Amino acid sequence: MSLSPVIEAAGLTKAYGTTVAVQAIRFTVRQGEIFGFLGPNGAGKTTTMKMITCVSPRTSGTLRVLGHDPATAPAAIKARLGVVPQETNLDPDFTCHGNLVTYARYFDIPQDAAEKKADELLAFVQLQDKRDVAIDKLSGGMKRRLILARALVNDPDLLILDEPTIGLDPQARHLIWERLRLLQAQGKTVVLTTHYLDEAARLCDRLVIMDNGSILVEGSPAELVKRFVGEEIVEVERNDEVLSCLEKAGIVFEITGDMVQVVTGSARDVARTLFENCRPRKMLTRPATLEDVFLKLAGRALKE
Amino acid sequence: MIRTALQFPRVTRRAWNVWHRNLIVFVRTWKVNFFPPFIEAFLYLSAIGLGIGAYVGSIEGIPYITYIAPAILAISVMNSAFFECTYGSYVRMYYQKSFDAMIATPLSIEDVIFGELLWGATRSVMYVAIMLPVLAAFNVISLPASLLAIPLAFLGGMMFAAIGMCFTAITPGLETLNYPAYLFITPMTLFSGTFFPLTLLPPVFGYIAVIFLPLTHLVAVMRMSTLPAFSLSILLNLAWMAIITIVLCIVSINLMKRRLIV
Ligand SMILES: Nc1ncnc2c1ncn2[C@@H]1O[C@H](COP(=O)(O)OP(=O)(O)O)[C@@H](O)[C@H]1O
Ligand SMILES: [Mg+2]
Repeated sequence: MSLSPVIEAAGLTKAYGTTVAVQAIRFTVRQGEIFGFLGPNGAGKTTTMKMITCVSPRTSGTLRVLGHDPATAPAAIKARLGVVPQETNLDPDFTCHGNLVTYARYFDIPQDAAEKKADELLAFVQLQDKRDVAIDKLSGGMKRRLILARALVNDPDLLILDEPTIGLDPQARHLIWERLRLLQAQGKTVVLTTHYLDEAARLCDRLVIMDNGSILVEGSPAELVKRFVGEEIVEVERNDEVLSCLEKAGIVFEITGDMVQVVTGSARDVARTLFENCRPRKMLTRPATLEDVFLKLAGRALKE
Repeated sequence: MIRTALQFPRVTRRAWNVWHRNLIVFVRTWKVNFFPPFIEAFLYLSAIGLGIGAYVGSIEGIPYITYIAPAILAISVMNSAFFECTYGSYVRMYYQKSFDAMIATPLSIEDVIFGELLWGATRSVMYVAIMLPVLAAFNVISLPASLLAIPLAFLGGMMFAAIGMCFTAITPGLETLNYPAYLFITPMTLFSGTFFPLTLLPPVFGYIAVIFLPLTHLVAVMRMSTLPAFSLSILLNLAWMAIITIVLCIVSINLMKRRLIV
């Protein structure tokens, strides 16, 4: 296995007419990692995935996927790619098993091998009971799992998943996370998009945060939290007494709605100071998360 | 604009994988698919052939039912391919998102659309293959010359598949596909030398039919085969259809590319 990057993008830009959906982004995905694109709706995540999966041509910049350029060698790239699209597009004319076999045919996989692989994959995503069931009889979570299975029919080196767990219940999300880790352990590289911060934090080795078509930051979840927020956060209910008390104690804080946030290296010390001097009514301490990074970088105001 | 519409698409043999998908779905419902051609042949022959034919007697020395038999074949070729590649393809493209799923695999959009066109033509061939025995049973076609109807069904099928696909590529929605169906297909069914010779009408109808109505040429070659009564004009008919088919296959693929690749 070579250690050359699996995906390399520089100045990657996509414009739909006058809308610039992705603006000069640069990132590198390494062999064997789970790499995340985190960002709100409209950030440009799907557009980026579509360029990587050779479905949408880029407007400018350079892009190499698995050593090839999507503009010139799409079939060679797509043969080694597993794609979970944002929009569910299973074939309603086939059963679960039929969907996998039909999809395998698009990769020129022989019928016998395809049928065997389809059964294996149904077991992998725990859908063996639904083998001969029509697509419209599946729940949302089952459909997402089946799409994951479909993305694996060609035993891909690189998996691209666009919002793989969107709209799923906790059990279904956990199953998908667990399966993705298993796939990573098998040596596959995984790229996923999500707007769930906890998902990104749990799953990704490295990630980028996107907003408005640009990449704001890149790093591992822990690194980003440390770099942009700090270690721990104390939240206190906002009232005049607390505010003046914090100012007197010289503690830097931020007002977020009806709460006041203090970022600190030691939540214990801040909490003690507050308890002793300010008599707060409600207070909690917690570790800083990606959510804090995100809100800090992208701002708290609701977009759109 | 015209240059891109006529750019030669890079189609690979993977297009057959798309064709194969449609075949499997079709075969699974073969009972539903088998009877329409059977019954249609029956209805046309009895109602128009025997019913109206009783009054008409013969046209150009040919019994009326024998005169319309090849037209029934040609109309079926047109309808199967045209409707498969308009309503059928549109549903697969827009509602089922099948094309989106396919182009995430090594299939290109060119492969997908060409596979759909091949499938449309295959529907025509199957329709004709089922109708031929019925026509033979009515003793209104002569064998073995009429077997030529099968390769002709493929050519005509590709032609009408490509015509249909051009409309599919530009239609804003499923309902607007009714326009070409009513304004183009229906008049063509009547004015292409199908149920009466064009020479009965003022000459301008004949010119329009020969220049603009693809069905005219398909009816002509089908009729030469089933009677059989070949003349050299078959070469003109075949050339006209071949050129239109090639050009429209290319144009339809490029229009679809423009629609789907953003
Ligand atoms: N086909 C398209 N035509 C025009 N604009 C588009 C198209 N697809 C996406 N966009 C726009 O590009 C931006 C990024 O969209 P998208 O990549 O889907 O974001 P995300 O997946 O992060 O939610 C949005 O403003 C969206 O409206
Ligand atoms: Mg998206």
